[in-house]
Amino acid sequence: MSDRARLLIRRGLPGEPERWDAFEVAFERGQSVLDGLRRIRIEQDPDLAFRFSCINANACKECMMLVDGKVAYACIARLEPREMRLAPLPNKTLVRDLVTEIAPPDERIGNPPQN
Amino acid sequence: MARPERIDLAADVLVIGSGAAGMSAAIAADAAGADVLMVDRSLIGRGGATVMAQMTVAVALGEEEPDHWRHHFADTMAAGRGLTDPALAALLCEHGPDAIRQMEAWHVGWARHPDGRIRQAHAPGHDRPRCVYVDFLSTGPAVSRTLRGQVQRQAAIRRIGDLCITDLVVSDGRAAGAVGFAVSSGAPVAIAAKTVIVATGGLTRLYRRNSASANMGGDGYALALRAGAPLVDMEFVQFFPIGHLAPRLIGMDPIMWDPFRYKLGGRLLNREGREFTDDYGVTEDGTYRATRDLATYAILKEVEAGRGSPAGGAYLSFRHVPEERLRAAFGPVIDRLAKNGIDLARMDVEVAPIAHYHMGGIKVGASFETEVAGLYAAGEAVGGANGANRLSGNAITEALVFGRFAGEAAAAQARRMQRPTWGARDAAAALSLVAEEGGASAANPAALVAALQELMARDVGPFRTAEGLDRALAEIARLGAALGTRPPGVPRPFDTARLDWFDLRNMLCVAEAVARAARARSESRGAHQREDFPAQSEAWAVHQIVRLDAGRLALARMPVEGTAEAAQ
Repeated sequence: MSDRARLLIRRGLPGEPERWDAFEVAFERGQSVLDGLRRIRIEQDPDLAFRFSCINANACKECMMLVDGKVAYACIARLEPREMRLAPLPNKTLVRDLVTEIAPPDERIGNPPQN
Repeated sequence: MARPERIDLAADVLVIGSGAAGMSAAIAADAAGADVLMVDRSLIGRGGATVMAQMTVAVALGEEEPDHWRHHFADTMAAGRGLTDPALAALLCEHGPDAIRQMEAWHVGWARHPDGRIRQAHAPGHDRPRCVYVDFLSTGPAVSRTLRGQVQRQAAIRRIGDLCITDLVVSDGRAAGAVGFAVSSGAPVAIAAKTVIVATGGLTRLYRRNSASANMGGDGYALALRAGAPLVDMEFVQFFPIGHLAPRLIGMDPIMWDPFRYKLGGRLLNREGREFTDDYGVTEDGTYRATRDLATYAILKEVEAGRGSPAGGAYLSFRHVPEERLRAAFGPVIDRLAKNGIDLARMDVEVAPIAHYHMGGIKVGASFETEVAGLYAAGEAVGGANGANRLSGNAITEALVFGRFAGEAAAAQARRMQRPTWGARDAAAALSLVAEEGGASAANPAALVAALQELMARDVGPFRTAEGLDRALAEIARLGAALGTRPPGVPRPFDTARLDWFDLRNMLCVAEAVARAARARSESRGAHQREDFPAQSEAWAVHQIVRLDAGRLALARMPVEGTAEAAQ
């Protein structure tokens, strides 16, 4: 029937001690890492934070993160029946869990327009 | 961790949403001299529906063959099954060409023939080739990028992403701004503005299978309702008939087969391998002719009769199309399909209807102002321009045109005002909701959202019955009770559960509006199909208006405007 992936996810706020939570998630072949993350929120932990808008089309480009140490879009990285490690982008300011600050500086609240 | 402090902002014109409608409104309001603040709950220009558009933008350019906006208008009126607002439709069609030429001047890159003419595809429901596009499947990203480039050039347009608006503020009977929170910090935000434009798009997130972004939860409709502005035609949700169903694929939008059918025709087949739209009144024979409401109906009826594809839809086949033609038409997309294990020369795919667009929306007058002074709407958030069924290609056109008009009108009104009417008392309840500690709810708001999507797909989808709608309304009420009246937890960075709570609050309000209007309309028309009332009824050639009255939704009927003078 369905496969299972074990997602090991880096959690927490900036400055907190490093913490990894493991989630087992059932999936069908062909599903994406983002599908798995959305399922975890519905079934296990609604508090898990990650960014996305377009779900499936790789159009919004918001779901970029580290998948097994490599930069990838969660919506086009496939879930696999093994342990997969997910972490926030290392070169961006951490917001929480898998979310980093990726907006242009002048489009963030509190920053004046640059142009 | 310390609670984030409240952030106060001010602007002449506040634009909520940064899709094509919001960005067009911001550009127009800025050009008219207003100090503009454009906010989005996602990143600027990334979320929403515009960026997802695959192909068609309908406009009477006459590049492919002679055309006039009145022909486009006639098709738009006909598609709407008697409910299209003629004034809005006329604006869309008459000013579409200017908007599309303006986009061209800004280098959007519409696809062209070798001789330089802009290509226009012939979409279902149009009397001639009329739809411009950007190859390959790139219309939405190109439109988004082009407008974003223009917005960034305007120094006076301030842009803030990751800002979720939770309520509008009305003072002295006028829109005076909005309240929300900064998603990345949780900080409460108060924005005083002379005028406000709601450009938040539609409500497709109410349904399990949908073709838009996660942030299309109908928030603008709920904001307008709570501010006192009525909605119109809420029962008309467009399902896109051939959304991708199987095999599972990634990196492609589920409406991707639309452009394939424009360029290559394709055959829509049932389990028996037979083209079946003939049985429902439209012979396609390898072309793309059936309108969205009819094709949705035909596919679901075939499934019901046991003639659906294994995953519960229809087959779409391009196996009769030579491989060279496939590659010429879609180049790199063919490779992306191959990576997903799909070879169109050798296999069929499965498709099924998917929530795509909302015809209903905020009721506006000619200048896109709502019944609340100073509150405007633009784009898909507006109800009425597409009646009971939207014509292919009208969504981006209306976003560009309505955005421009709403932006100009909102700026003109703001210019006549000294300052926003903002009164602290009028914002207090909304600020309390975003700033203070809420309840310790046991419910998982993400699971409640999923439950709502399931029930909407089951009972408030393309086919409806009194029994199903009553069941939906009861479940919506139950979900509302589970949601409670305060968000969970305290303000903190990127709190997805809190974000879901505010989303679900809007989604439940809007879902109830759709279900209530659908329950009352005892006939079938366009996208609203009642199995217990299968015929269209002359008595129902009326709009339904939804208002929020002392915390309860109230329905009323409104006659359809005469079309004679507008059409002449």
